[in-house]
Amino acid sequence: MAAYNIKIWRQNGPDSNGSMERHVVKGIDGDMSFLEMLDHLNEDLEEQGKEPVAFDHDCREGICGACSLVINGQSHGPETTTTCQLHMRSFEQANITEITVEPFRANGFPIIRDCVVDRSGFDRIIQAGGYVSVNTGNAPDANANAIAKPDADTAFDAAACIGCGACVAACKNASAMLFVSAKVSHLAHLPQGDAERHERVESMVNTMDREGFGSCTNYGECEAACPKSISTDNIATLNREFIRAKIGRIT
Amino acid sequence: MSSNSNNSLPGGITTVGAKMLVALTGIALILFVIAHMLGNLQIFLAGEQLNEYAHKLKSMGPLLWVARIGLLSVFLTHISLTLVLTRRNAKARGNLTSPEPQIRITGERYINGYSYKTATTASRFMIHTGIVIFLFVIYHLMHFTISPEHPTPMPADSLIDVKKMVIDGFSNSIISGVYILAQLALAGHIYHGASSALQTLGLRTDSTKFGVSKLGILLATLIGIGNISIPVCVMANII
Repeated sequence: MAAYNIKIWRQNGPDSNGSMERHVVKGIDGDMSFLEMLDHLNEDLEEQGKEPVAFDHDCREGICGACSLVINGQSHGPETTTTCQLHMRSFEQANITEITVEPFRANGFPIIRDCVVDRSGFDRIIQAGGYVSVNTGNAPDANANAIAKPDADTAFDAAACIGCGACVAACKNASAMLFVSAKVSHLAHLPQGDAERHERVESMVNTMDREGFGSCTNYGECEAACPKSISTDNIATLNREFIRAKIGRIT
Repeated sequence: MSSNSNNSLPGGITTVGAKMLVALTGIALILFVIAHMLGNLQIFLAGEQLNEYAHKLKSMGPLLWVARIGLLSVFLTHISLTLVLTRRNAKARGNLTSPEPQIRITGERYINGYSYKTATTASRFMIHTGIVIFLFVIYHLMHFTISPEHPTPMPADSLIDVKKMVIDGFSNSIISGVYILAQLALAGHIYHGASSALQTLGLRTDSTKFGVSKLGILLATLIGIGNISIPVCVMANII
């Protein structure tokens, strides 16, 4: 059982000033997840009659993309996983007892309260074209649509994005390019996505810009922070799709 | 939050489109830098090779001005777009309204900054190396083109003895030092820029991945060594 000095961001609302608050959390087992450690902190706070810290979480299985947090200066903390799948042994084994917890920070992700940020900008980007709206008919036989294995693999890898926003939080420019490119690339590699590929990339890029996300300068920090190992190869694909769309407009 | 008109770039261009223009102009500038370096390296050849080359360039007449204006517009497009994008990116990162003094001082959005896992130093200091190159280009033009410090006339005609001008200039260790530092900044800029430009233009694929990732280091090394060799060899009395 270990004790940790937690510095965590507290902010009452979107327009109020925030600051770091210090807490000591005791009785933490290495097998507890990071979020369970925060639950522990919140129980302590409630016992003291104080407001618990607000943070996002849902499935706690690493598949929903609800949890966020920048822990000791890294999206989702020191391991390449989601915050819910980060365990306290990670800190125990490295003898780290000081832990800084902050919300994902970006203009496109305004803070709602404490460590909870509004990631609905991502929803609006998906609404701008991250879907197939042409009629693809009834479910065909599994082998009716021939898709080459490399394309299927690339599409699947890109589709693994859970939209958590760790890429934006890690990017020096708060760019959403990895997120946007994952969806563009996913659909660009499948026949169902072909009909709307031009409109999709243009519309999603426009919305990305309008939501106030930055531009990509190829630092690669997004890929390094991604709990689902989305590759920056997808960004090259987005760029190709963008050029194809512009050429498609001219011809 | 959303629909913030301040987020858009001038002329309704998207950030992706703007980046592609930065990449294209960057590639054009790298090609110019390579041609410029190959021209300059003629200083190592015997006799009047460099002077003949320089005089040939000068005698191109209106074509020279077409090249100069073309180069200047590429240069200014590259710079103005990156400045606009850099400012926009700083805005996208967001400003914290916080009483925490350290946040205001460092301008970081995280208390102790973000712990980078993969970003190279060259990639993180592109705007800084870019500014150094911009200032250097102004100095370089003043030094050798607009008001050459050593306009020694050639005996045969009134043209400038370029070779002598370069050797005289680089005999001054401060001037050589400035040139060498600027070339290191240029090498750093190209190290990230060359590979990054191809990624931005969507040219990095499974089959080109290796080449694209190594192009930056290759060009940076060749251009760095090629350009720095001139002041170093002048100072070492090799030329």
